[in-house]
Amino acid sequence: MAMNNQGRDSTPHAVTVAGEFVTFTGNKALQQEEALIFELDNPGAVGVDLEAPVTTKTRLGGVKTRAGVGLPSLAEPDVVRHYTRLSQKNFAIDTTMYPLGSCTMKHNPRLNEKMARLPGFGDIHPLQPVETVQGALELIDQLAHWLKTLTGMPAIAMSPGAGAHGELCGLMAIHAALDARGESHRRRVLVPESAHGTNPATAAFCGFTVDTIPAEENGRVSVEAVKAKLGDDVACIMLTNPNTCGLFEPQIREIADAVHAAGGYFYCDGANYNAIVGRVRPADLGVDAMHINLHKTFSTPHGGGGPGSGPVVLSDALAPYAPLPFVVHGKDGFTLVEHAKDAGKAQPFGRLKGFHGQMGMFVRALAYILSHGADGLRQVASDAVLNANYVLASLKDVMSASFDGPCMHEALFDDRFLKGTGVTPLDFAKAMIDEGYHPMTMYFPLVVHGALLIEPTETESKQTLDRFIATMRHLTEKAKAGDLAHFQASPRLTPRKRLDETQAARKPVLRWVKPAA
Amino acid sequence: MRYLPLTETDRSAMLATIGVDSVDALFRDVPEQARLKGPIAGLSDHMGELAVERHLSRLAAKNTTASTVPFFIGGGAYKHHVPASVDQLLLRGEFLTSYTPYQPEVTQGTLQYLFEFQTQVALLTGMDVANASMYDGATGTAEAVLMAARINKRNKVILSGGLHPHYRSVVETTCGVMGMDIRAQAPDWKNAEDLSALIDGETACIVVQTPSLFGHLRDFTALCEAAHAKGALVIVVVTEVVSLGLLTPPGEMGADIVVCEGQSIGNGLNFGGPYVGLFATRDKYVRQMPGRLCGQTVDADGKRGFVLTLSTREQHIRREKATSNICTNSGLCALAFTIHLSLLGEQGLTQLAQVNHANAVTLADKLEAVKGVKLVNDGFFNEFTVKLPKKAAKVVSKLAERGILAGVPVSRFYPDMEGLEDLLLVASTEVNSLEDMDALVRGLEEVL
Ligand SMILES: Cc1ncc(COP(=O)(O)O)c(C=O)c1O
Repeated sequence: MAMNNQGRDSTPHAVTVAGEFVTFTGNKALQQEEALIFELDNPGAVGVDLEAPVTTKTRLGGVKTRAGVGLPSLAEPDVVRHYTRLSQKNFAIDTTMYPLGSCTMKHNPRLNEKMARLPGFGDIHPLQPVETVQGALELIDQLAHWLKTLTGMPAIAMSPGAGAHGELCGLMAIHAALDARGESHRRRVLVPESAHGTNPATAAFCGFTVDTIPAEENGRVSVEAVKAKLGDDVACIMLTNPNTCGLFEPQIREIADAVHAAGGYFYCDGANYNAIVGRVRPADLGVDAMHINLHKTFSTPHGGGGPGSGPVVLSDALAPYAPLPFVVHGKDGFTLVEHAKDAGKAQPFGRLKGFHGQMGMFVRALAYILSHGADGLRQVASDAVLNANYVLASLKDVMSASFDGPCMHEALFDDRFLKGTGVTPLDFAKAMIDEGYHPMTMYFPLVVHGALLIEPTETESKQTLDRFIATMRHLTEKAKAGDLAHFQASPRLTPRKRLDETQAARKPVLRWVKPAA
Repeated sequence: MRYLPLTETDRSAMLATIGVDSVDALFRDVPEQARLKGPIAGLSDHMGELAVERHLSRLAAKNTTASTVPFFIGGGAYKHHVPASVDQLLLRGEFLTSYTPYQPEVTQGTLQYLFEFQTQVALLTGMDVANASMYDGATGTAEAVLMAARINKRNKVILSGGLHPHYRSVVETTCGVMGMDIRAQAPDWKNAEDLSALIDGETACIVVQTPSLFGHLRDFTALCEAAHAKGALVIVVVTEVVSLGLLTPPGEMGADIVVCEGQSIGNGLNFGGPYVGLFATRDKYVRQMPGRLCGQTVDADGKRGFVLTLSTREQHIRREKATSNICTNSGLCALAFTIHLSLLGEQGLTQLAQVNHANAVTLADKLEAVKGVKLVNDGFFNEFTVKLPKKAAKVVSKLAERGILAGVPVSRFYPDMEGLEDLLLVASTEVNSLEDMDALVRGLEEVL
């Protein structure tokens, strides 16, 4: 036995543990159980020190004040510990590979966080006189310039709050353009079967009817299938490119031409733009409108469900209808057009959001873009596609690839390789969790059975991918070897085992309620 | 390139495994004429951290930051002090760099704070349930109108003249395209409108705000009764959520849906975004709500845990029949909100609201003593309207030249409307010192 000093053991004793080891607290060392903040109430404690009001006089105009709110009281140390402990129950890009297809979980550079927190961006009010926010307007203008140049598109609407909001922006512009053409009868929107749920939901949100285009055997949309659906009541097609199977639509130009010839517009869902940024300009594909998820392609953090930002690039045909507000660069510097009367010849379709858009995300996205530059962004797409194809090539002999390669930024598998094992894609995903990986996207897209969509992104190293591939091969073999029980009991090492979603939906408990005394 | 781990050696080895000789070969589905041969012209090449910092810091330096001047701008976004621990916790990678909690076993952290957030929002608004956030208050309001129309299958919407004009425009734009009949009332700066007379059997909902754009405080109890008698819903909007630390919550007035802009708690000004929409309603309407909902359940061992639930309302399941198209929402801003509110607690929130009101009362008293300045409001929380003897926009520009950001000229929202040019919205929060207030008074005395 090695002793390093003064009788202190430096090698562990060999111990055999029979069964599960249960602690008194329920904690498992680094894994802490954590009560709800309401259960941590420490009446009399307070987590802020405020100055006393300068006057007790009130001018409330006779309205009533409230008796109390019912919030718990805690001092700062307990609040900090609560949220730190909660954070430790999350997987994140910072801690593990997070190959969630379609979501683009790439590294979030901390420089971007630092820049967004410069007081000159973080501590300015949207209604300050424009003379006092020239740098902010210039930043928006610079980001707009990059996005327009990268996509080759002449115009952009910056205000949408996320991808789905960008879809709404694009479809509203199409709606307005059709009305201006006197073709308000065009109310049918073509949406491929493989589309993300936000596409049909957005079309319906705009008062359009949704007509589904079936997917081809090869995971693509064919120009014939589109042509079969075209007619003089078609407003537009909403096509995702690269599509949700991770494939570039090879007939995209022909589809765009056919839709245009029939008098419709081409809305491109640009959620997967990260696969082609710097290598292909959507303008060269015949796109009329496309949203860009800054929280995907340009790496603003996903934040556990937002905030995002979804600027929409627009063709000349749709540019006049872009919503308010927008930045213009005049001879006296930058101004902000907030009212239709100041929009010149443009006919903005209205306003989509309070104030001017997701400034905090604009700063982060521009920091990311400047860091990469035109050369680096092209490399981003190349490496994202290379990584996905490497995963595809390294797994297709053991897992069932849905389509022949090459793929774009994500590799799609389906559940055929699990046939006869009893293991479902969900079981498989849960077993990945115990191995330390966040699962891929499952059961989406809907066009293949039991989809497993893997998007590694360009920020994973070859070493990381090799370990991931080895793990996936191991799990696949385990499933094929008949170890169903292993999968069904997964995950075992997480703070919680599988959760009962049926009970959650059947008897919804959506808030804490103070227990009766 | 510091963010790209692949080396040239890696790339060649990977291409060999794939069985192609170049990355270009992987892009073979791209039509030939759309393939760019090299980096796009006219854009800069990659930069180191230092160069990026220099570039962006130069832009930031061109802006006047709120903390460095006497600052009285509100109008739907408020300058408050955010405790340091809020931002430090937001920067924890486990929160910052995770996705929407689709895999509950590895996102209990996010799910639990969402459950706590939903509870806090329900308590603050006096409602039964709240969702996990909307993009902002304005989009939440439009969603609330659509929800009301789903509930009572009616088409007419009445918007109070006290509603924030951006909210009004977002409702007009988003609900207008759905063919709803939207009756926006004239700016109600005198707090004189009576909306109950406008409600009829076709009215889906009525949208009101307190404190109103002009800072007026309203009790909507009677309005809610009148609306409910005719089968209409009442949506109450709150753009300054700190006010709920002091004033009767909309739930107690009988509101059916409450939408708030949550920026004031935990979130900086950020030039208008990202912010966080709070959305609360009655139990009976839960299945018509937009957005994500987090619910409590148990795991396989019977231990309490949390999941996203009732997702059959949502786009990824219901597609064109979903209650909304929203997907990504405002998760991290909701986290900022919930941490700040936890730090405040019952006592801190009440005190913060009192300090805000006291500062606004003090400022109003001081401004009323300035010759030519008239206070418009009977009551207010931390923002009020003054009538000036000159055009408010001009006065604001002149004061900005003197390094004072005095407030929002109402004409910024309503540039064409006569009779509003002299009105100025002035907000005062806990950040304003007596010296700041005196600077504003002196400034006004000089320019008026
Ligand atoms: C293909 C696709 N379209 C649209 C969206 C919606 O984007 P957001 O979540 O930013 O609203 C997503 C996001 O998950 C997506 O993957």
